[in-house]
Formats: sequence, C-alpha cells, structure tokens
Amino acid sequence: MDAVAALLVFVVLVAAVALVVAPLRRGRTERLIAAEEARREELEAAKEAKYLEIRDAEMDFRMGKLSEADFRALDRQLRAEAVEILRDLDRLT
Amino acid sequence: MPVLGRACLILALVACAYGIGASLYGARTGRREWADSGRRAVYALAGLLTVSFGVLEVAFLRSDFSFATVATHSSTTTPGFYKGAAVWSSQEGSLLLWAWLLAMWSSLVLFSTRRRMRAITPYATAMLLGFGAFFCGLLVFAASPFHVLASAPAEGNGLNPLLRHPSMMIHPPMLYSGYTLFTVPFAFAVGALAARRVDAEWIRSTRRFALAAWFFLGIGILLGARWSYSELGWGGYWAWDPVENASLMPWLTGTAFLHSVMIQEKRGMLKVWNVSLVLATGVLAILGTFLVRSGILDSIHAFGASTLGKPFVAFIALLAAGSIALVVSRRDLLRTENRLDSLLSREAMFLLNNLVLVGLCFVVLWGTFFPLISEAVTGQKASVGPPWFDRYTVPLALMLVLLSGIGPVIAWRRATAANTRRNFLFPSACAALCAVALLPVHVAQKPLALCMFAFAAFVAGSIGQELVRGVRARRAMASESVPLAAVQLVRRNRRRWGGYTIHVGMAVLFVGVAASSTFQHTRDASLVPRQTVRVDGYDVRYVKATGRVADDPDGTGAFMTLGAVLDVSKGGRHVATLRPARNYYPGDPSQGTVGQYIMGDATSEVGLKAGATRDFWVAVQPDAGWLMKVVAKGNDLPPSAGGLALAAIAQRYAERPPPADFRLIASPLVTWIWLGGMIVAAGGLVALWPAPDLARRRVTASLRARVAQELGRA
Repeated sequence: MDAVAALLVFVVLVAAVALVVAPLRRGRTERLIAAEEARREELEAAKEAKYLEIRDAEMDFRMGKLSEADFRALDRQLRAEAVEILRDLDRLT
Repeated sequence: MPVLGRACLILALVACAYGIGASLYGARTGRREWADSGRRAVYALAGLLTVSFGVLEVAFLRSDFSFATVATHSSTTTPGFYKGAAVWSSQEGSLLLWAWLLAMWSSLVLFSTRRRMRAITPYATAMLLGFGAFFCGLLVFAASPFHVLASAPAEGNGLNPLLRHPSMMIHPPMLYSGYTLFTVPFAFAVGALAARRVDAEWIRSTRRFALAAWFFLGIGILLGARWSYSELGWGGYWAWDPVENASLMPWLTGTAFLHSVMIQEKRGMLKVWNVSLVLATGVLAILGTFLVRSGILDSIHAFGASTLGKPFVAFIALLAAGSIALVVSRRDLLRTENRLDSLLSREAMFLLNNLVLVGLCFVVLWGTFFPLISEAVTGQKASVGPPWFDRYTVPLALMLVLLSGIGPVIAWRRATAANTRRNFLFPSACAALCAVALLPVHVAQKPLALCMFAFAAFVAGSIGQELVRGVRARRAMASESVPLAAVQLVRRNRRRWGGYTIHVGMAVLFVGVAASSTFQHTRDASLVPRQTVRVDGYDVRYVKATGRVADDPDGTGAFMTLGAVLDVSKGGRHVATLRPARNYYPGDPSQGTVGQYIMGDATSEVGLKAGATRDFWVAVQPDAGWLMKVVAKGNDLPPSAGGLALAAIAQRYAERPPPADFRLIASPLVTWIWLGGMIVAAGGLVALWPAPDLARRRVTASLRARVAQELGRA
C-alpha cells in the first residue's frame, strides 16, 4: 500500500468515525419518544387526513360527484369525526 | 487506488454492522443519541461508497487495466462517452452502483425524516443498513470491483457493443434508483410494524419516496423498451423477457400500493393489504436485481452469470419470511377502521384496480419462473412465450385502462344513480363515439384493440370532464380566470392532478401498444441492390450497399460497418431513405489479421422512419457466409496489412454485395408509446413536486416545537 493511499484511508476512517460518534459525545440522553408524544403525532395525522377528506368531499360535491343531500350528510359526519379528533388532542394538552 | 476503494468497502460494511446495532439499541432503550448515531452510519455509508464508486469510475475513465473489472469491461477503443457507463456493465460495478444509490437515497429519506416518526425511524434505519450490509458483503467477499491483476494487459476486452447506446447511460441508474427507492417504504413498513405504529403517518412520510421509486423504475423500463426497439434488431420493444419482467413486477405492485395508500390515509382501511403490498414490492425489487445479476433465467438482457445466486436466494427468502412473520404477528394492530360502504364507490374501484395490478404481477411472476417451475416438476425446462403472456395480460390491461377512467369520476363512499349518470355520460359518449368512428375501418376486426381504443377515449373523456368541472368549481369559489383556475386547481392538489395526467399518459401508451402489436406488418426478405419488396402498401427498394471502416456514425467504436441504403415509397411518392447497418467490433487477437478487428460482437443499427401515425423499421444482416470467407482470406495476410485488408473488404461489399437479409416492419402508433411515457413522466413530476404550503407548515411546526421547548426550559 503506498503512503498516499494509506493516508487517504486514514482520513476517510477518521471522518467516518467522527461523523458516527458525534451524537454519543454530546452526552444527550433524551428519551426517544414519550407515549403522549406518539399519541399526539397519531392524532395530528388523523386530523390532517380528516381535513383532507372534508375538502375532497366539498370538491366532489362542487364537481357533481355527490348529491346535495349526500354531501350534507357526509360533511356532517366527517366534521363530527374531526371534532372528536380535536377533543382527543385537547385532552392531551 | 484500488486499496482506497477496497478499504472504503470494508469500512462501509463495518458502518452497516455498527449502524444496525446502534439503531436497534436506540429503538429498544429509547436512547435518542444511539438512534442518531445509527442514522449517521447511513450518511457515513453514503460517503464511503461515494469514494469507492469514484475510485472505480476514475479507473474506467483512465482505462486502468490493472483493475480486473476494467480490463474485462472496457478498452482504449471504447468511446469515452461509454467508458463512464461501462462501470455498471460489470457484475461488481452494478452491485456497487446498487449499494451506492441505496446509501444516497437512504441518507436523503433519513435526513428528511430526522425530526419525525422517532419511534419508527431507528427500525427503518436498521433495515436500510441491513440492505446495505448485504450488498457491501457481496462486494467485499464475493464480487470485489477492486481485484487487481498481477500484470495489467495492454488492452481490455471492451464494453459489450449492445450496451453502446445512449439510453444505456441512464437506463441502469434509473432502474436501480427505482429498486433502491422501493426499499425505503419497505424499511419504514418494517419499522412501523416493529414499533407498533401502523397509522397513516409512515405512509404519508414515505409516500413521496414510493412515488419517486415508481417514477424512476417506470422511466428505466421505458428506456429499456426504447433500447430494445432500436438496438436489438428484432423490431419489438417488449419481449416478456425475464429481466424485463423483473423490473415490471415491483412497478406493478408499487402502482397498486400508491393507489391503495389513499384508502388507508382517508378511511383507515386496507392496512394489512398496504403493508403486504409494500413488503412484497421491496422483495420483488431485490428479486429483480437477482434476476439481472444471477443469470438464473435465460435472457437477452442478463449481463451477469455468476455464483451470487445462493446469497441472493437466502436474502430474498429471509426478507419474505420475515415480512410474513411481522405482518402475522401484528395483525391485531392492522384491523380496518372502516368498512366498504358500497361496491359503487371509489374505494371499491381502487380495490378492484389493486386486484388487477396484483393479478398482472402474478401472471408475470408465473410466466417468468415457469422454466424453473417446470424443471422442478417435470425435470425439463420449458418456457412460455409472448402468446401465453398476451392471453392473460391483455384482458387485465383492458380492465386497468377502463378503471383508470372510472376511478377519477366516481365518488368516495357511495355513488348514487343520479351522480353516476351525470359523471359517466360524457366519458361513455367519448368511448362510444371512438368505437363508432373506428367501425368502418379494419380496426373492427380486432375487438380487443377496438376495446382498448374506446377505453382510452373513455379515460380522456373522464379526465377532460374532471378538468373542466374542477376549473368551473374553482371559478365559482374564487372568481379566477380560466387559466389561473386551472393552475390553482393543479397546484392545490398536485398529487391528484399528477395522477390524472399519468392516467392519460398510460391510456396513450396502451393505445400505442395495442395498435402496434395488433396491426403490425412484418416481412423478412433476402435482397440484392435494385430489388424491391412491398410491406403494408410501402415499396422498399434496396438502392445500394455501403461499407465503412473506422467510421461509425453513432460513435460506438465499431471497426467496420456494412449497411444498405433503402428507398421507401408509397403509391410512387417518396416516404423516406433508410440506412440500416451492421456494426462489427474487435474480437480476440487470436482471431487473425482481419478477424481480430471484426469477429467480436456485432450489433444492428436499425433504419427508422418514425411518425405520429406509423413507424417504418428496417434491420439488415449481411451474408455471414460471405463475410467468413473474406475474413479467412484476409487472415492469411501479415498482421501489418490488417487495416488495408479491412478497407478492401468494406469496399468490395459496397461495390459487389452478396444478397443481404432484411427485416422490414411497418407499425402504427409506436410513437404513441414514447409520447405516453413522456406524459406519464410529466404527471409523475407534478405529483412528486413538493406542495409549498406543506413545506411552510413543516417549518412552522418545527419552530413551534422549538418555542415550546425553550419556554419549557425557562
């Protein structure tokens, strides 16, 4: 192995080790995720999905894919489900 | 620098092993610093493999034949343009490309999700590093690209001439990007199951990567088809070859996944199905790589025949068994949150679309592995050809196109009689009009093709209607001008409109496939100059033969090119002048004074007149017997006369050519295939483009989290 190659290998090794061990040297011992935080993430995702569903239902109605009666019933149901999700979110705060 | 390349590969394997351990330890103990360290191992892997890949690429560009893989896959006569691409023509180079792309894409996805899904990402990181460890292990122990020869030869074997085509520069990286990107949703699905977090969040975060995988794999497949059409000399773009099929299978299940995730996001349904689909897609991506690299099935595209079969089979079996075990063990978490309200709903159509796509994948899988299945059962290897595939895939493709028109216009949850009538009237009228317009011409004799054209018109009608109604709805809501309303409509829901564009592109592509395969006219003829042959009403006259030495117009490095000039006319009107040719490449020095220059591989350079309605395609095959005879005579000359002898052969061929074999094909609407592919790609880009408001929301969310954290400290 020539000297330049050996030096390059050493530099690459040091850089890789420094990159990988940096978080361990910070001495941070945060918990990965609390159960509450996990539940919040889940509810936030459900809320976004529900809002998307409400917006899509409105667009479907405006584009004639839902009758007014169906849309009203569907919209009411979706909004009630969204309210439930928001309530669950509020309970976490 | 082979030492540096090899050292980086060993360090990459160590980084994988460490990263798997650190990530799993972080996930099990909840210690974030270990999970972060595991994630950084992926970044380190990307850096190390970049150095390795760079070393190999430089060796190819410099024609450093001390590297065994450079000596066997490149030469000084390989054009510089193709030397760079020769890296992935070798077994070792293509495995390194796979591992490098995996590391780069994994780094990108883990960087973009570093503050989200903290319960899932450590497991996903470990899984991605597991893929990395497998490929790095192969590169270190079984197929090293940095094997050095004891004495470097003065000249290499050269790049396989079939690969000297512009699309081959990007076809493999595109396919491998698709394969490697499909490991991302696979890894996150494993992470979600392992962490028992099977809500729609992991899907939302990795959907873009699944879409990118689908996009790249699709482009790769299309480029492969284009290469086959213009380089392989048989006149087709799809032969149901095992390697083609290998790339199609994950693309089909990936397409199914991209549709069915919408059901889980919106309705919390199909969780088992989605997880199973994405796990199957990941396994099929590895299976695709295995089929290309192992040579286990005979293929015109299999550029590897190696001993890597056993490790690949073991890895695929492990992935499949682990996936099944994980899904079964988490079945309690994967219960559906809602039921199907009606069979006449968008959910039901998506489900049907999924069944068709998975059915197609199963047909392709069965047909591809039939030689192995038949050998295992009967002891004799039998294979199924295009007619077998066509029997099952054509009806399924028809259903797929029809569903891609129904899906966009049918309502979620439940379609009523009134809105079904309102939404389907116009698309159905388009389909009926198309069928009626085509009835008087000979298309009516081919009912399947007629159905495909009518269904494509149905798709165009339904998407056009959606666009018009969407613009109207936006104008009613926001009083915008028509162009602005159209732009805003697409901008506010890029995923939907990108998807609709893809549906149109696929319909156009399928029209091209149906027309070109049903109404193609092929004729094989042996001609001498001034003879004329008729194909599908076209008169083709063999005007003259051509012979060139070291003057390959496509710059592929051919030593001799023997060709023909053909005049194509219809009803006395000149249509095109075509110049098909056969390129001859250098072989072994032991093949004699002349033979060493032209007795290597030979490729067809087709003559093509492409048009919006019809392609005229010609390939020529000079008489091999004549060529062997003149080469044998030339080989009697002293080595110094090789160049002169070649020039004399080319001149003699041009002046007094023997009969040449021609394949002449007139195919309608082949251009529509490439046009449809471009529309699909454009739709894919629209769907992939990040929504600006989403990016803003994420920034705001992270800033809010920071404020909350800092206030908490105070």
